[in-house]
Amino acid sequence: MNQFRSFTLGAAIALAAGVTTLPAVAETPANMLVIANRIDDITTLDPAQSFEFAGSDVNRNIYSKLVGFDPADLTGGYIPALADSWTVSEDGMTITFTMREGVTFESGNAVTAKDAEYSLRRAVMLNKTPSFILTQFGFTADNVGETIVADGNTLSITTDQRYATSFVLNCLTSTIGSIVDSKVVMEHEVDGDMGNEWLRTNTAGSGAYTLGSWKPNESVTLVSNPDFFRGAPAMERVVVRNIQESSTQRLLLERGDIDVARNLNPEDVAGITGADGIAVDSELRGRLMYISMNQKSEILSNPKVVEALKYLIDYEGMQDSFLNGQYTVHQAFLPRTYLGEIADKPFSLNLAKAKELLAEAGYADGFEIGIVVREAQERIEIAQSIQNTFGQAGITVNITVGTGKQILGVYRAREHDIYVGAWGPDYPDPNTNAGTFAFNPVNTDEAGATGLLAWRNAWDIPAMSEATLAAVVENDRDTRAAMYEALQREHQQTSPFAVMFQKIEQTGRGANVQGLSLGGAITAVSYWTVTK
Amino acid sequence: MAFASDILKGRRKSPFYRAAVKTVKTVAAIAVTMLGLLFVTFFIGRVMPIDPVLSIVGERASQEMRDAAYVALGLDKPLIVQFFYYIADIVQGDFGKSLRTGFPVADDIKRVFPATMELATLGTIIGVSIGVPLGVLAAVKRGSWIDQVARVVALIGYSMPVFWIGLIALMVLYGKLGWVGGPGRLDIFYEDIIPSVTGMILIDSALAGDWTIFRNAISHIILPAGLLGYYSLAYISRMTRSFMLEQLNSEYIITARVKGMSEAAVIWKHAFGNIKVQLITVIALSYAGLLEGSVLTEIIFAWPGIGSYITTSLLSADMNAVMGGTVVVGLVFVLLNIFSDLLYKFFDPRAK
Repeated sequence: MNQFRSFTLGAAIALAAGVTTLPAVAETPANMLVIANRIDDITTLDPAQSFEFAGSDVNRNIYSKLVGFDPADLTGGYIPALADSWTVSEDGMTITFTMREGVTFESGNAVTAKDAEYSLRRAVMLNKTPSFILTQFGFTADNVGETIVADGNTLSITTDQRYATSFVLNCLTSTIGSIVDSKVVMEHEVDGDMGNEWLRTNTAGSGAYTLGSWKPNESVTLVSNPDFFRGAPAMERVVVRNIQESSTQRLLLERGDIDVARNLNPEDVAGITGADGIAVDSELRGRLMYISMNQKSEILSNPKVVEALKYLIDYEGMQDSFLNGQYTVHQAFLPRTYLGEIADKPFSLNLAKAKELLAEAGYADGFEIGIVVREAQERIEIAQSIQNTFGQAGITVNITVGTGKQILGVYRAREHDIYVGAWGPDYPDPNTNAGTFAFNPVNTDEAGATGLLAWRNAWDIPAMSEATLAAVVENDRDTRAAMYEALQREHQQTSPFAVMFQKIEQTGRGANVQGLSLGGAITAVSYWTVTK
Repeated sequence: MAFASDILKGRRKSPFYRAAVKTVKTVAAIAVTMLGLLFVTFFIGRVMPIDPVLSIVGERASQEMRDAAYVALGLDKPLIVQFFYYIADIVQGDFGKSLRTGFPVADDIKRVFPATMELATLGTIIGVSIGVPLGVLAAVKRGSWIDQVARVVALIGYSMPVFWIGLIALMVLYGKLGWVGGPGRLDIFYEDIIPSVTGMILIDSALAGDWTIFRNAISHIILPAGLLGYYSLAYISRMTRSFMLEQLNSEYIITARVKGMSEAAVIWKHAFGNIKVQLITVIALSYAGLLEGSVLTEIIFAWPGIGSYITTSLLSADMNAVMGGTVVVGLVFVLLNIFSDLLYKFFDPRAK
């Protein structure tokens, strides 16, 4: 049997040789930030089209906007960026920005008012998914020639009516407000696409970083821009690697092969908490979890029933069990850290009170009702928890699980009873959520306002819609905040929505990594403030 | 007339003519197989309740945007028309664009397939080089402790979930001991240094003569390849054992022993010589299985291969990418089949 022995021995030696000649523990270089994240949702890098989380993370570091947020003070609101200053006309409809001098694009071209004009017009004319963030101010492909105009060193934008300046400027901080290099983009125009195809995979910005490479599902590499107008970033290279598995991210972090792990599940967070050289951060994000009750249903249109159901949800129980470390109880339609946020939590699981309300409504013996939910683990678990607590009051719940297409179809057609949903704000202004949770001017089926959550639930609110519109034009920041606070308190009590949770993102990082801001609820990550 | 038929007969018998017929037949078989594969994948893809439009424009888009995307994708045309358009494109080598990545599907596959190929090839080499001797040994020493150990090894390989063994191996060998490289194909600071020629880092780094990167790549691939190798080892060793047992119980083996042949010659020359053909089928099948891409292994080891590419594409209704990936996997199966047919001829004197 000598042949076997020598063969297997040979194989074993070959394996061992491969294994033992390796270097010991690795450490990332001092000028390089390495991040593990799920980045398989990036479909395009064009700021006029990109609308996904991972894409926004890339864009925020590559493109500058007219105004932006200070990563160190996100609640402080917008600050000047490519615009040095701005003035508002008497009638409140025109904002004139004066451009910052001496800023250049990655191509070396100067950033001018003309580039700003081109970028905003382009975003309106391309009319991609996020374009509504700009077109809600009345800009159209036909009128941008008059409404978005550069003159020397200034750019004027004129809205179709008076809006709160804070509303307009907040919207300009989002990805779609990115200023692109008009000369470079136009050089790559194909068939009148305004460079849309080219900007899918290339960049032309003036931000802290430029794109090194983007390999879909694999990695994004950013290279620092030493001429960045806020100062050269300390991290000269940022590599974001697509790592799906939480436990894989944890291992890489523990070995020092990455600096930041962004998708750790609660078990892995618990596992690294207190470990040497590792820190865990918790940051509130913008996503909300809610249930909504279709007002077309005879049972659910009874306000007493709606109120009773809000007392039949085990908010704390879910937060402390399967949502632990991922969501925190929050019961208002504006995520915390938004202008006008409130922290009131009027509802908790209260079986006696709920039964009392149900009896008053004439449903002492309960009823049968359906819940539709998308096939996402946490949402199904929420539906099951609700099924259980509703059951304690005699309510029989039938859960229907389906794909996004099926369930959204039912929801848009207003054919559900109760919907378990998630909602993420689209832009960093309170109107992003007020305009959908508390706005439904025409409640008819024909109106087809499928984008409005209030319409999807057939909730007829002419008065509240007026109040939402009024908050949009109020120019005093404090008054405006107070309006949203009042609106949310009324909404909590009367609406067929039970907002339940706000997302928390827990991040594991090397203890030496300082100054990383994920962007809170209002914006995306910024790497230029990071030091090691 | 007799003359003409003689010519015909003669031509029919000429080796050149036979080879030509054979080639045409093979190509036709491939074409029909691929067409059937495309047909099934296409229609399954279209009846699935997932919405490519939704994944392009997002949940918030207006009805107009949804309609525009719907028309742009050609979804307004009858299904059968869509299918023929698709076939026409594929024949010209155009797999369309991936909705998810925005890149042409052909480019995406060029990027992900070499990663899988590298992993699967190394996994198969490990599986064959250990599995075959182990199977032969187990058969020769039937009932001994070696046979029992081989059985347990194979059983564990069959029954343990790959993600579990993978994670444990990662935790111990990478996390605790640091003997091997972590998830991913290279350490991050070695990335993008060597030019990509084949897309297989081991080969590319060897071509570039960069042995530091080669060693780093080995340290990253050894664990996932070892894992896949273990699974194919389990299969290959069991099959080898049963093939060998069948031969060893045959009368010609007894005859050979009675003739006084050495035991090594009996086992290797006679018994093993006769199972080569069967073994090739087993190995080719196992290799093809690995080339499909092992989704779980790829996810745990953050290996950007074709398995996770097809799966994530499927989940986001990116049918162009799914179909492109399926075509490639299908082609691999067909080509491996042909290849093992050729090997039969080489090893089986009767086929000559």
